[in-house]
Order: sequence, then structure tokens, then C-alpha cells
Amino acid sequence: MSDAERPTDDPAGDDEFEPIQVFPEAEEMDLRPGADDCYKCSTCDTNCPVAEVDDEFPGPKFQGPEQWRLKRQDDHDVDDSVMKCSNCMRCDSACPSDVPLSQMHNTARGEYVEEQMDKFSREYVRNRILANYRRLAPLGSMFPRTANFVMGLSATQWLGEKLLGISGERELPEFATETFREWWTKRGGNATSKKRAQKARAKRGGTQVQSDEKRIAYFHGCYANYNTPEVAKALVRVYEHFGYEIMVPDQHCSGTPMFANGMLEDARRSAETNVRELAAALEDGADIVASCSSCSMSIRQEYPELFDFEGTKNVAGNTWDAVEYLRVHEDLEGELEGTSIDGALADSNFAYHAPCHARNQGLDGQTMEVLAAIDGVDAHDVGDSCSGISGTYGWKAEHYETSMKIGSEMFDHMEDADAKTGLTECPTCSMQMEHGTGYEITHTLEVLEAALVGTAREAGAQ
Amino acid sequence: MAIEDDVLVIGGGLAGATAALAAADRGRQVRLVSYKQSTLRHASGLIDVLGYAPAGDGPLVDPFDALADLPEGHPYERVGSEAVRDALAFFDDIAGEAYAGSHTDANALVPTHGGTVKPTARYPVSTAAGLASDDRDALLVGFDTLPDFEAPLAASHLEAAGVPFEARGVTVRFPGITRDDAKITRYAHLLDHDESVETAAGETTARDALTETIRSHLEGESRVGFPAILGDERADAVRADLADRLGVDVFEVPMGPPSLPGMRLEDRLYDALEERGVRVTTGVPVVDYETGAGETGPNGPERIDHVVVDRNGSEIPHRADQYVLATGGLVGKGVRSERERVFEPIFDCHVPHAADRYDWFVDDVFGDQPYARFGLPVDRDLRPLDAADEPEFSNLRAAGAVLGGYDFAAEKSGAGVSLATGYVAGRRAASEGER
Repeated sequence: MSDAERPTDDPAGDDEFEPIQVFPEAEEMDLRPGADDCYKCSTCDTNCPVAEVDDEFPGPKFQGPEQWRLKRQDDHDVDDSVMKCSNCMRCDSACPSDVPLSQMHNTARGEYVEEQMDKFSREYVRNRILANYRRLAPLGSMFPRTANFVMGLSATQWLGEKLLGISGERELPEFATETFREWWTKRGGNATSKKRAQKARAKRGGTQVQSDEKRIAYFHGCYANYNTPEVAKALVRVYEHFGYEIMVPDQHCSGTPMFANGMLEDARRSAETNVRELAAALEDGADIVASCSSCSMSIRQEYPELFDFEGTKNVAGNTWDAVEYLRVHEDLEGELEGTSIDGALADSNFAYHAPCHARNQGLDGQTMEVLAAIDGVDAHDVGDSCSGISGTYGWKAEHYETSMKIGSEMFDHMEDADAKTGLTECPTCSMQMEHGTGYEITHTLEVLEAALVGTAREAGAQ
Repeated sequence: MAIEDDVLVIGGGLAGATAALAAADRGRQVRLVSYKQSTLRHASGLIDVLGYAPAGDGPLVDPFDALADLPEGHPYERVGSEAVRDALAFFDDIAGEAYAGSHTDANALVPTHGGTVKPTARYPVSTAAGLASDDRDALLVGFDTLPDFEAPLAASHLEAAGVPFEARGVTVRFPGITRDDAKITRYAHLLDHDESVETAAGETTARDALTETIRSHLEGESRVGFPAILGDERADAVRADLADRLGVDVFEVPMGPPSLPGMRLEDRLYDALEERGVRVTTGVPVVDYETGAGETGPNGPERIDHVVVDRNGSEIPHRADQYVLATGGLVGKGVRSERERVFEPIFDCHVPHAADRYDWFVDDVFGDQPYARFGLPVDRDLRPLDAADEPEFSNLRAAGAVLGGYDFAAEKSGAGVSLATGYVAGRRAASEGER
């Protein structure tokens, strides 16, 4: 509770003190306590990767509590610099006073887009397209080879930049020839997973016998479905190895790119679907796990901060990062002791980048700790800087340069590291890592899969 | 499964980091959990031990002379003066070339951004050429977009304070910065990367433009002081480059929050943690704890079995053999207050305070404020004590500003107490586990 919610004086001798409601009943989200908690130490500003390289960005303290106060006067619009915020959310974990900075930024950005942005502008149309990747991806993924060919053409990239302001410097991510959900259905869906989980539990046997069923609902997100199904498959195999039955509920985009582009109505629609489906999975006795650090961030923090559908808090409180869940519910490190890796990732030294959205969940050290248990794996943390891409941010022509300037520290550290392969849990961080260094990038779950299950064996068995 | 380690340190500031380093040095597997970024980002980066005696005498020439006279319950009295020396030596080892002052027991006098002079035991090398005991004349340079440092005012204050040199202040424009509220990281980044900037004379680099601006203001001074924004990752190179170009010594004047010297110290400590294999978890609070069976029988203190870390609603158990509480004081929120009480929020350790809150303060703002001494009382093993002077838990120690019985702001003892108590708590936690 902030001091603002507390009465400041006590009528002498009266124990039954009733605070008086001074402010009218709030019709929208009341961010006043958060704004009042800011004592202007400016720690958030020193963490903002954008303010460090871009003269025109006034920083998180302005975008949050200061702008909120200015907005109390009717004659102030939201400052258009709010669109320069990349939504990395580093300011949240910087604040020593619990000011909900990213919640304020999300709210201000939503209001700016809703009330001040021209809906026919190139910027709006472009942002809408980027934010709603989930709606376009199925088209590309229907004819993946054609889509990959067309998007790889320099003419397409040139058009993208000229027409839409999508940076022509970047290579668009390739669509997988088979989506994760297609693979999942072909494999027999939940029924197959249930059998495999039972078998695994029986095989683990001995001291590890667990009679009660273990069940998770997997929130794969868009990228692992359309672009990197190998990450999603790795999660399935690793969880089944521990005897978990996996459910793959219907799901929409987590909302991360929509928040970042101020498309709060789009985000609300997606969140409503996700909360409904995931709440149903909880009813079925599953916990929710996600493999993408921004998806888990969104469900855990942004949903309860911005929406109040029935079950939102429950879903948020029961959603986990996929590796963290295993760490807490299984003896993951014990299981990894003595394992090693063969196949494509063998003899790889990894250059690990902790995504900002993992950092904000207290997960920045986790990957290094877990991988240390695998024989022959040498992982190097490339430092605490932001990769700079921040989802759709670095795709925009006007932010490309800022994005690369922010990323330069990480690129330098990756190149200095004695490593062959990049490693991270965020899809767009991995794009940036590859773009800036030419490294191949993999996901922590793929490394765990290689150690625990072995890629070759599984591929043969399927 | 809980996340398991030998020693768990709660709090990531100077005390917490020192405790973690000291425990790791003795071969224990240590984890440091920090909710938010540490208040080192607010800190000047100076390592003071004792600038003024609790009664207000000072500035003290030799802080160690005064340690023996501290009242019972003062953190230095609890750990003893040898531990203070050991902790400083431990710090010197970690700080390496980045800090100066270890050649003497006497306090150094470092000019601050307000033009006062602060007695301190160790200081960043970036401030070394600025010491007030040095009799060379100094030019102080401020920037019109950085109102936290008013150079002419600071120079007059220094002269009024009786420094043995002439101080002069000028305010100039920082090349490449146009906005009135540019962040200190922006200044540092421009200099670190020596980015190209536009000046009236055309395009040049940030360092070049800055030295050209200063050169015309020099009137024979052999040292120039800047607010502490001279680079972050490459601060030493920036300072050396500016000094070389200007042909004078260059120093930094420590600033208020947010503070680059504090951030550089934080970086150095966290690099040391990584080197020693300390596992660091940040961004999540410890919200609760569970006790196990008391190890000293039914009447002995309780033993903490594990603590609970909150990750956006999921509760993650963390278990260790020994725990160190280094969550800070009223600013760091390791000690909190409500209308009726002052309390320690994680373990609810006893915090002595008057029942009537009107006795928590005195009307003279700069007077002897009781609230400034609020914090945990501890035994000589740094274990928090309950109202009956018995240890609250058998395996919990406390370090840094969460401790009571001293007023760091008045005494100028904040960093020293964090170092000494962090060092002792970390070492004791490590050796306890070995038994």
C-alpha cells in the first residue's frame, strides 16, 4: 500500500478511524498511488537503453509518473515520445519504490494510439500489421516455401521499407514447413502425450514413482508455432521425459507486440481468449508453462495489470517459465548431472543473452545455473545489456538505428566470448543476436532436450 | 524442490554483495537475491568509515581512533575494530586499482557537488585529483543542462569552507546534448563512445568538442573538476583522454542520485560475484519464510528452513543452511513503518521504537532524529535479537542499513558499516555451515 492510500492524521483518541474518500470513484485504472510512490531518484532513467542512445527520448520517469500527473490537466495530450519506448520493461525492476512504470507506459501508449494517432497513417497501419503477426502468420505458413521466397526478395524488403516503414536491413523470419500445432495433431495430440507420459512415469519407476498424474498446459505463442517448432517440440519431449502429460489449449497471441504498439483493444481480445482457455486448463488440473519469456511475462504481469477478466489473477499466478517450472517441481539439475550432448549442439560453447523480459521475472541467472550441470557444456553470459530489438521495435525503419546502437554492447560481448552458438529464450532477441553477429541461435529447451532425451533417438522414434 | 544453496543473502547492496563475496571466499555455494536494483545507484561511490562521532564531533582525522568510544549496540561496537580493518582490506582487494585511500588510516577530504567536503576512508580514483587537502587551484566545470551541479556555487562553497586553494566555477554547454533533462547515462555514453557531435565549428567528436570548450576557460589551473558523468564502461579511458588533451589533471565530483560512481561500484561488485560463482537472482522479492525444528532444543531460537520468493504470483521456495538479511534501511525498505509501528517486513524481526509515533522524531530537522537509528538490534554474532534480547533465529544474521543503533547520514558511516557487518555476517554464515 502506498502512503497516499493512508490517512495522514489520526483524530485524537478515536480508535475507530474511518478514512474519508477524498477522490471521486475511479472510472478507469487508478494509477495515482503508483505516481505518488515515485520519489524521483531517477534509477529507472539510468536503466533505460533507449534514453542512453537517443537524445529525443525523455526516459521512463517522464513517460510514467510525470506524464501521468501532467495528464490530470485536461489540456495535455500524451507526449508522442511514448512511441519511442521499446517496452523492454527494465525500468520496472529498477524502481526501488515499486512504481508500476510499464503499466503506466502501456496505458499512456494505448491512449496515445487511440486518441491521437491518425488511423490512416502509414505508422498506424504498419504497427497494426506488426502487432498482429498472429493473424498474418497462418497465411505465410500455408505456403511456407513461397512465402519465404517472396519475403526474402530484395524487392519485397525494399517495398516493405518504402510502403510500410519496416526496416529493409532485416531479414524476415522464415516460416517452418510444418507448424508445431500441425505436428502436434499429426502426432496424436493430447491422447498420445498422455500415453507417453504414463510410459515415462513407469520407466522412471523406482524411487521416482509418482502415482498422481502430472499435467501441463503449454502456451507456445506464435513464434514457436509458425517459425521455430523445434523449440516447442523440445519442450514436449523434455516434459514427457519427466512424465508430464501435455495439453496444448487453443490460444491467441500473448499480447506482447500489441502492448508495445499501443493496440490495447487487440490485446484485450487476445487476452480474453487466452485467459478463458488457460483457466479451463487449470480447471483440468494443469499448470501453465511458456517457452517464450515475453509470453510468460505478458500473462504473469501485464494481464493482471491491464485486464480483469474472470480468472486473470489465477491464470497469472499459475503460469511458469518452462525451465523454472521443472527446476521447482523436479530435480532438474540432479537429472542433468552426468549428461552430455551429442548431435548438432555437441561441442558447442554457448554465448547466452538473458532477455529483458526474463530478467524482469528474476530468471536472468537461471539458464547459466542449469546448464552448468551438463558435462562439456560451457556457457558464457554476455552481460546485462538489452539486445535492442524489443519485439517489433527494431523492425521499424525509424528505430532500426537506435535498436542496433543498443545492441552493440551485446554484439561485442558475443564476439569476445569463446562460443560457437548463441543462446536465449526470446524469439526476437535471437533474431537480433543472429542479425548482429551471424551466430546460429538456439533455445535453452533445445539444449535440455539434447542432454536429457537426445535429438537423434527421438527423431528416429517419431 | 526448493532452489538450494549453502548461504542465501537477501539484498543486493554493498552489505549484501560483501556478505555474499565473503561467504563465497570460504568455499560456500552462495545465492544473492535482490528485489530491486540496489541503492548503490543512489550512492556517491565513496567508502566512508566514520566522518563524525555520534555526538557530532568532527570531521574526524582518524576514524579508527574513534571506534573504541562508540556506544554499545553501534554496529562497529558489535563487530569490533579489527573486523572493520579486515573488511576494508577485503574491499581493497576487490576494488583493486579503482579505489584509492588504502595508504593511510586518516580520512581523505573529497569535495561534493554541493561544495561541501566529505571525510571518507576510500574514494574512487576518478575523484583523487580533486582532494580538498591538495593546494592546487581548481576549475570546476558545470553544464547548463545538468542543474544538479552548479559549478560557480560549488566553488564558492568550497572556498567558504576554507580549502587551501582557489576554486573557480564555470558553466558551459555539453556538446551533443540539447535536451534539458538528458540522462546521466546519455552524457556517459557520448564520452564512452566518443560519438560525433555537431558544434558551431562543424562536426567533431564529443571528447574533442568538450576539451575545446574547456580550454578557453582555463586560467592557469592545473586541475579541472567535472560532475561525475565522465563515462561509464570506459571511465578511466575518458578521464585520461581529457586530461591528456587539456594538459591538466581531471577529476570527478561525486553527485546525488542517480550516480555513475555508485553504478560503477555496483558493476565491480557484481563482476566479483560472478567470478566467485555466486548465483544472483534479481527482480523478485523474498516475501515469506518457514521454520524447521529448533536446533538448540524446544526453548532455543527457531531455525529458518526456507524462504519464499515471489515471481509474479508464483511462490518459489529457496533453501539454504544460513541466511543473511541485508535489505537496507528506511530508504531500501528493509525497515518499514506504519502509523502504529516500525517493522522488518520479511522475518518480522524486532525493531525497538517508541510506542508513541510523536516520539519517533524531534522538531529540529537537523537534530538528533530517533528514526535515523531505527533498525535491528543484534548480538556480537550479528544475529537479530528479539525484545527479550534472545536471537530471533539460529541461522539468520543481519548486515548493513537494516541494523539499528547508528545514524549513518550524520556519522558518515554508511558504507563502512555495510562493509564491516556484511563481511562479518558472510564469514560467520560460511563457517557456521562448515561445522
